[in-house]
Amino acid sequence: MNAACTHRLMIVDDSNIMRRKIERSQELPNVEVVGTAGNGREALDLHAASRPTLVTMDLTMPEMDGIECVEQLVGRDPDIRILVISALADKATAIEALEKGASGFLCKPFTERQLNEALVKLIES
Amino acid sequence: MSLQSEIGTFVSAVLAYFDTAVQQAAVVGTPYLALGKPPEVFDYTGMIRISGKRKGVVYFTAPKGMLSVMLMRMQETDMSDANLRDLVGEVANTLSGNARKDFGRNFIISTPSVVTGSSSTIGYSPDTRPIVVPIDWRAYHANLVVCLN
Repeated sequence: MNAACTHRLMIVDDSNIMRRKIERSQELPNVEVVGTAGNGREALDLHAASRPTLVTMDLTMPEMDGIECVEQLVGRDPDIRILVISALADKATAIEALEKGASGFLCKPFTERQLNEALVKLIES
Repeated sequence: MSLQSEIGTFVSAVLAYFDTAVQQAAVVGTPYLALGKPPEVFDYTGMIRISGKRKGVVYFTAPKGMLSVMLMRMQETDMSDANLRDLVGEVANTLSGNARKDFGRNFIISTPSVVTGSSSTIGYSPDTRPIVVPIDWRAYHANLVVCLN
């Protein structure tokens, strides 16, 4: 791990192009991407192996959806900060994610700037 | 909510995807009813099915060339079939998200699905009349089809 990186980011999304987009778009100097996962179950395995401090989390995924994964990750690590990134932009979904322990919500589609602003807020939260 | 407003929800979703993810606006053509024959299906189609207050299907169908250039605009270098499916699925995902936000709980919206091949048949109820919304982007042409009873 780069010594200058103080935040370890895990990207969770069932879309390969979304995972790559988030990986390419995040430009914060103190954030290192430590891994990507295609569903909630993979994310839990990756969490055990790479101990991320930040997570971007899609909601609609096979095997285990994002809401359940948020709940399990927060259960394992109450200090983990999770940004839900989803096209499901209704208030009820956002509230449910926040109630389960997510720290922020970003609607798809998003620009690079919106992603980086959301990550900054996540770090500062 | 009128059918016109409902169609507006789906059109807004597609335009937002081009504006935000692709970073180049698409242009909406004049919508028309597909009477007599089913709407044209292109190489990749992302769709959602709707039930509840209204029933039917909504899909975005686009040619491979268009999706490949969209991926390039998104700085993606992998133009594989999997990524093209992924992209059209993400557009359908945006249709689903907008519908959930605007229509509320009276509508039940399926997880997006993807079909490939221009000879694909998209099933819809015979008592519905598909409304085709042409979507033009660069030199390419795609269709948004809203087929609700």
